[in-house]
Amino acid sequence: MAEPLLSIRGLVAGYGGTEVLRGLDLDVAPGEIVAVLGSNGVGKTTLNKALSGVIPVRGGEIRLEGKRIDGSPSKDIVEAGLIHVPEGRRIFPDMTVLENLELGSYRRGRPRRAQNLERVFATFPRLLERRTQRAGTLSGGEQQMLAIGRGMMAEPRLLILDEPSLGLSPLLVEEMFALVQRLNAEGLAILLVEQNVMQSLALANRAHVLENGRFVLSGRGADLAADPELEKAYLGL
Amino acid sequence: MFSPEIVTAAVLNGLLTGAVYALVSVALTLVYGVLHIINFAHGATLTAAMFAAYVAWQAGIDPLVAVIGLAPLFFVLGYAVQRWIIGPASHGEDRNILLVTLGLSIVIENVLLATFRSDTRSIDVPYGFSSVDLGFVFLPMPRVIAFGITCVVALLLWILLARTDAGKAIRAVAKDKLGAALVGIDVPHVYAVTFGLGAACLAVAACVLLPSYFVNPRVGNAYVLVAFTVVVLGGMGSVPGAVIGGLFIGIVESLSGLYFGESLGQLGIFLIFILVLLVRPTGLFGARA
Ligand SMILES: Nc1ncnc2c1ncn2[C@@H]1O[C@H](COP(=O)(O)OP(=O)(O)OP(=O)(O)O)[C@@H](O)[C@H]1O
Ligand SMILES: [Mg+2]
Repeated sequence: MAEPLLSIRGLVAGYGGTEVLRGLDLDVAPGEIVAVLGSNGVGKTTLNKALSGVIPVRGGEIRLEGKRIDGSPSKDIVEAGLIHVPEGRRIFPDMTVLENLELGSYRRGRPRRAQNLERVFATFPRLLERRTQRAGTLSGGEQQMLAIGRGMMAEPRLLILDEPSLGLSPLLVEEMFALVQRLNAEGLAILLVEQNVMQSLALANRAHVLENGRFVLSGRGADLAADPELEKAYLGL
Repeated sequence: MFSPEIVTAAVLNGLLTGAVYALVSVALTLVYGVLHIINFAHGATLTAAMFAAYVAWQAGIDPLVAVIGLAPLFFVLGYAVQRWIIGPASHGEDRNILLVTLGLSIVIENVLLATFRSDTRSIDVPYGFSSVDLGFVFLPMPRVIAFGITCVVALLLWILLARTDAGKAIRAVAKDKLGAALVGIDVPHVYAVTFGLGAACLAVAACVLLPSYFVNPRVGNAYVLVAFTVVVLGGMGSVPGAVIGGLFIGIVESLSGLYFGESLGQLGIFLIFILVLLVRPTGLFGARA
């Protein structure tokens, strides 16, 4: 494999007295989609938060394009191009769609902002139509688009999507996966955390199943989909 | 019954006092809105700023001139205290922040007590007894100036919050700390800037208060008690709520002083406080539940 874009070795993280992640290894190569699967509460979001620097890393190393980013403040990690679109969207409901998007380019400066806006509006014409609307009044699907659009405004090298299909109708879930595929086809590397196991595996180059703080199953997406161990691991049987 | 002139005069006087209440309240609500804590050092900071203005006056500088230096100085102090004392000492736990600000207020008050004793002091400025004649009422000059300066500060603050990137970052952190961190906003920096802005507002309030009021090492607490009522009335964390609430409370105080007697002026404030808690606990401008 070429020099990985993201490389995680022996990652340990948790809250207070509990260790949620107990030594994870994971690589994402340029242009890849890597999926992280696992049942509720196993620590998928914790992994994303440790990667983006909003909770401390207790052990191991995280490298983005070869440079250590564990221990860096989240603003520097955003600047380096690791962009985390969080579970539950976390858009700013009182601000307009446009203001939300502009905040996405917060670390990129004004001149680049206009360029980024143009690109995001090309991907999400819906956001262009609604740019003066308060973000809190968007539909659930539109809010998820806004969250991803805001992430795109930061010029990601690697995009982390934490359950982007959460709470969407089946039709919109399809659309969301199509969008992930489209962004990836434009060359963007994606770390995808999902509950929709089969749809994620169909898309992912590689996937890992998280359980008890470790990856218990790893492999190519297509292989894992056919693996009888998957159901066992995933259901924690 | 009082004549309409007298009532109008009371309302105008109340507005003048209310502007300063608004300023102290804006500082309190801004810090609450962003850091989600009540800053217990608020009163002590106001007191410290009043003594700073007092010392400047002793050195021959009028408070209305001193404000030009004291507001930035208190911004820097507030920034530093949050960034390097309160932030690190609290380990991200709100309860700890509360305790640290409480400790800070005790330290500040006692340092002031040791330095200046418990005497109550006031200053005589040349414009202290001049007034603005509106035909039916004379408004005391120091308080008219206080009102003007407060309006300017409120306007500047509004421009900062509504129109600049820094203001947008502050609003983002206030609404969603995690979301803000994930777009690359430096959250500890925004906390410190907000704390600094609060302290700077208090420095302005101190400088406009000193010419017409008095100062002693505990004087700030009286204002903070009123500010707390204003912040609850206007809605916790709402800056426009604090401005309107402050003006309103100033008028209520003035009118209840007129009708119940000077010494009972604050009675109306606390009646309103209890009424708000009973009827609309989120305040007039508070977030809808
Ligand atoms: N701030 C926190 N403080 C303490 N414990 C936490 C905190 N956040 C999460 N946890 C715990 O850490 C564990 C992992 O949580 P996490 O949110 O990472 O799970 P997840 O895999 O993302 O779950 P889901 O699929 O439901 O989103 C859970 O047991 C959770 O209760
Ligand atoms: Mg999660």
